Amino acid sequence: MTADNQLTRAQRDDLRTIAAMIVPASDEYKVPGADDAAIQADMLATLGRDTRMVAAALDHLARLAGGPLAELDATQRDAVAQEFRKNGGAAAATLVRVVLQCYYRDDRVLRSLGLELRAPFPKGHVLPDGDWSLLDPVKARGGTLRRAP
Amino acid sequence: MKDPVDVLIIGAGASGAAVAWSLAETKMHILCLEQGGWMNPAEYPSTGRDWEARFFGEWSSSPNIRGRPEDYPVNDDNSPIKVVNYNAVGGSTVMYTAHWPRLHPSDFKVKTLDGVADDWPIDYDALTPFFEENDRMMGTSGLSGDPLSPLTHPPMPQQPMGLSGAIVAKAMNKLGWHWWPSDTTVATMDYEGRARCINLGHCTPACAQGAKSSTDITYWPHAIRAGVELRTHCRVREITTDENGMASGVVYYDKDGVEQFQPAHVVIIACNGVGTPRLLLNSKSDRFPNGLANSSGLVGKNLMFHPYAQIYGYVKEPTDSNRAPPTCLWSKQWYDTDLSRGFVRGYGVQFVRGAGPVFEAVVSEQKGILPWGADHHRVFRKLNGHRLGFSAICEDLPEEHNQVTLDPVLKDSHGIPAPKIDYTISENSRRMMDHALARGREVLEMAGATDICVNSPIPWGGWHLLGTARMGTDPKRSVVNEWGRTHDVKNLFIVDGSIFVTSGGVNPTSTIQALALYIADQMKQRLANLFD
Repeated sequence: MTADNQLTRAQRDDLRTIAAMIVPASDEYKVPGADDAAIQADMLATLGRDTRMVAAALDHLARLAGGPLAELDATQRDAVAQEFRKNGGAAAATLVRVVLQCYYRDDRVLRSLGLELRAPFPKGHVLPDGDWSLLDPVKARGGTLRRAP
Repeated sequence: MKDPVDVLIIGAGASGAAVAWSLAETKMHILCLEQGGWMNPAEYPSTGRDWEARFFGEWSSSPNIRGRPEDYPVNDDNSPIKVVNYNAVGGSTVMYTAHWPRLHPSDFKVKTLDGVADDWPIDYDALTPFFEENDRMMGTSGLSGDPLSPLTHPPMPQQPMGLSGAIVAKAMNKLGWHWWPSDTTVATMDYEGRARCINLGHCTPACAQGAKSSTDITYWPHAIRAGVELRTHCRVREITTDENGMASGVVYYDKDGVEQFQPAHVVIIACNGVGTPRLLLNSKSDRFPNGLANSSGLVGKNLMFHPYAQIYGYVKEPTDSNRAPPTCLWSKQWYDTDLSRGFVRGYGVQFVRGAGPVFEAVVSEQKGILPWGADHHRVFRKLNGHRLGFSAICEDLPEEHNQVTLDPVLKDSHGIPAPKIDYTISENSRRMMDHALARGREVLEMAGATDICVNSPIPWGGWHLLGTARMGTDPKRSVVNEWGRTHDVKNLFIVDGSIFVTSGGVNPTSTIQALALYIADQMKQRLANLFD
């Protein structure tokens, strides 16, 4: 890292590469991959308290790859990714979580999922009250509370 | 030196707020010291687009992950269940699911009924009026008449069943098992200045709408209007005693980090089942070399967590996902002892409506059911918005080796020794958890769920911190007497979950607050001879 809250150029490149391996772009669902520039910018801007762990994960990834991840062929890259996912520990889990939490708040992704592009507050949501006659069999069965002496 | 106060309460959470409000009518000078501050609902996670991500950081339920200045660290490395809490005015009621069952009458007599642990020195009937008073103050919603739960009279109707509740209800009916709409402290209509629930969904890390009851918006405004003084960002280091062995006051650090001494005639501890033993053990002196009020040696012992056995799966129909409060229905089908099941005591069940997209993605990736690569999108669309959960709250019996001690190294931001947890899940609890998982699987499969996953225990599930300063009539076997006064120090009281003798199989906050009101009532009745 060049500073406490920044990743190096090499780390950013590897983050982009591994993010695309986790969530690739899809024409079928009309969504970008997690390597999309806007999603990557969101990750870098909001790393905050996760910076240290993500940097550690990327250092681990670099050791596994022996160089920039993007320069490996597809087979080698998949092998590195599998090892990283399997044995990367808490640091790898943090990196994956950072990728997913930024991906699944992107407008294009939420739109594809049919979700509204907003915070829960203040609009909230409407919930069906439901059919409370479903309780009738429970009421009919009854029961008794265990007695205490 | 500051003037002494009549009553000094440590902690402004569930029990501290209740006891402060109840004692306020005495017109005594009552001061509460709280290590956290007032919350600002405008900053709650559900107000922002990053609402889910914040639950993994500054709004984590774990104080160790949050790491706010108001939090103290907890060494829980030697426990499969990690401590979760919140430190602010309102305490952990700021960050809870608002599920609101009570202990059952039988929970107070487990020794008599089942030959395990100990009976409480009080019974359910002693708490009944205080349950009712507390429900009115906290503002509960629910449906009266559950045949397998104590009778309650919630002032507001139950939450909507929603999509998830209907799926659960149909499955439970096919199996012939008990279910009922949960009592909760979510306001389903405008109530006492609180706005009704609008289904923000992200209830646990605080409610921006103010529909979820937390004591910063329920008890505290009333208590303060009645004259109680609440001093925030004041962390108590120790309780001091005088030459007569009575509590004389507390040493605390104020909002500027300056050490202060506050004398008091009565001290009430309301710091939860981890914070309370920590404070008592940090208050050792020549007169009390093993920690304050610890002649029994039981301060910090008998920690009970409620191991959660959680199982969830994915149905074809849409569920409520993040579009509703997380809990809606409960079951008491397996609450009472049936030895044919292979364990003693039992568990309550809370059904879980679903999860938001970020949580779903993160957790499912960790579970290995959400792949990386091209198939990620197809699988995610199958999972997201289709989750249905079954969580069993298993009764944890008291065992002395499950304990809170002081960590020899770890300290909080004021240099005060932090708590250390040593805890193992008992064989009885394991069998109970396995039984619950098997029943949960039956329910989920009856509902048509696939991709079933298990968290047993829920690792960050140490919400309920109980038993570490237990109540009893025998000073050798308990820390406080039957009305909350410590056996050793006659002007020192404890009102939080640490005084539980046994844990029951339900979320404890309702009972904690009823106990706090009961103890306050006992104090008011005995004011003339409180220290006899």
